[in-house]
Amino acid sequence: MTKYIIRRLLVFFPMLFALTIIVFTLLKLAPGDPYSQIMDPNIDASVFEEMRKEQGLDDPIHKQYFRWVTSVVQGDFGESFRHKGRTVAELIWSRLPNTFYLGAFSVFITIIVALPIGIYSARNPYSLFDYAATGFGFFGLAVPNFLFGVVAIYLFAIKLGWFPAQGSVSQPGLAGFDLFLAKLHHLFLPGITLGLSSTAAYMRYMRSEVLSVLGSDYIRTARAKGLTERTVLYKHTLRNALIPIITLLGFEIGTLLSGAVITENVFKFPGIGTLYIESIGARDYPVIMAITLMLGFFTLLGNLIADILYAIVDPRIRYD
Amino acid sequence: MTETPVLEVKGLKTYFYLDDEKVAKAVDGVDIVIRRGETVALVGESGSGKSITSLSIMRLVDKPGRIEAGEILYQGKDLAKLSEKEMTRVRGNDIAMIFQEPMTALNPVFTIGNQITEVLRKHMKLSKKEAFERGVELLKMVGFPRPRETMHEYPHQLSGGMRQRAMIAMAISCNPKLLVADEPTTALDVTIQAQILDLLDEMKKKLDMSILLITHDLAVVSEYADRVLVMYGGQIVEEAPTDKIFADPQHPYTKGLLESLPTLDKETERLGSIKGVVPPAYRFPKGCRFSDRCPYAMDKCQAINPELKHTTFDHKVRCHLYE
Repeated sequence: MTKYIIRRLLVFFPMLFALTIIVFTLLKLAPGDPYSQIMDPNIDASVFEEMRKEQGLDDPIHKQYFRWVTSVVQGDFGESFRHKGRTVAELIWSRLPNTFYLGAFSVFITIIVALPIGIYSARNPYSLFDYAATGFGFFGLAVPNFLFGVVAIYLFAIKLGWFPAQGSVSQPGLAGFDLFLAKLHHLFLPGITLGLSSTAAYMRYMRSEVLSVLGSDYIRTARAKGLTERTVLYKHTLRNALIPIITLLGFEIGTLLSGAVITENVFKFPGIGTLYIESIGARDYPVIMAITLMLGFFTLLGNLIADILYAIVDPRIRYD
Repeated sequence: MTETPVLEVKGLKTYFYLDDEKVAKAVDGVDIVIRRGETVALVGESGSGKSITSLSIMRLVDKPGRIEAGEILYQGKDLAKLSEKEMTRVRGNDIAMIFQEPMTALNPVFTIGNQITEVLRKHMKLSKKEAFERGVELLKMVGFPRPRETMHEYPHQLSGGMRQRAMIAMAISCNPKLLVADEPTTALDVTIQAQILDLLDEMKKKLDMSILLITHDLAVVSEYADRVLVMYGGQIVEEAPTDKIFADPQHPYTKGLLESLPTLDKETERLGSIKGVVPPAYRFPKGCRFSDRCPYAMDKCQAINPELKHTTFDHKVRCHLYE
């Protein structure tokens, strides 16, 4: 097992290295740089050339890459072009917790809604409940995040006034449990919006997994042994049905972060996603690169976690 | 001889209600008597209803199937009338079952030990430790060379034959009175088949069990069964002690089955076969269910389904030829 994890980690680092090259190249391929947006007829073009040189933007590409990657490895992502005097790391750290709460809340909602519904549907297939759940599943998969977000704001924030329409915490100065409640209140709509398609997808996965496991020979064996329906369902069925689900949850980390980019912008939620879009608009390269790299890193990390979890929950996986 | 049988099935009917309002009469009026210490073989082609019969006895028939009529008397208690909860106390405890596919019949994510001890803990109310020790003992009994280590192994670490041994260990763990073995050797190598059947026979004697052996393999029957029930189209068509079935088969279907067996003492160019296939259970012929495949079929056979009748005191057959 330890060996398997070590081997898996040995693959992880080269992939991370490849990721840095891809991120860097993609950004270099994009036209424009921080100075191409400044159009001041009073400043001579040669001044910009001078500044480009000073920033090292004229160096050969591999030199630029190595300069960037060595500092990144040391945890230095440079300074933001847009927010003068603030480091990229600082900016990201100020937003990351919010995105983390949003993601965690959305996964929590997904699990407590999708799994029970999936199980119940599988135990009563082709019932009215099952058809309703299937309908909801298609709805959730078909409706895009941003559309659902806008409709949710209109209905629950503007018309009904149950939840705040945007932001993360309304008044400053809140602390302790009150702060927690306020955060939760603000998380609700974006959390549900972000989790909608995953909830729908996991519900479908869970239904089909449980349904197929219930029809398997070893479930018949379990019943023939005189085990109660409870034991058959919660021990023998779920333990098998959850294997693919747990694996998918690992991949979910990357999906959530990319989903957060859109959802956060719909709700003006101060997380990584809004920072990302703002930075792209301003061509704030250091921030864009740091966030892109981070999204890629979390996707890789998610895959790593998924692989390790898979080996833990399924004894048939060979470690050697 | 007046001892009550271990199991007595009377007029069992298990029907499947299919989508388009067709009713598949998979088991249609079956009577089975199994006495103490007896091995009764239930023989027939695929689709003859033998597996559904065994699942009906365990009350494990899945929807859309349903036990329509009949009694399943286990020591005088009608299993067909028990609640699901009462039935869980019978399964694995009084009547145990083993299945055809040892590769898929064990849960892949639990150790052999876990799957054996859960039966012991459920029915015998043993503690974790007692159950473990008893599990080791059982594995040793069914022929595992390193039972203590095997308790911690997963099904995929065992071969097919060993998995079937583990299944048998689970089945006999609570000293059942009856073991239902549904094609226990069909999926195994020929050499392993004999070992498994010998093991079943040994366990039967050791634990004073009876066995209902479901198979389509007449060679298996000849060696291990005391009595044979031949099933066709959801009904018993012939019933006799094993030696009589082989010496004096009466039903044309039984004759057909025996002619399809290779023998050492007869030189035959080709083995016999029964033409056609078993009709689907929702479209049996009107008269005798074998009439459309029977070489001796008469006009009467197309019209009236014969009764299962004694020809001698221990031989019954369902055929117009013997009336």
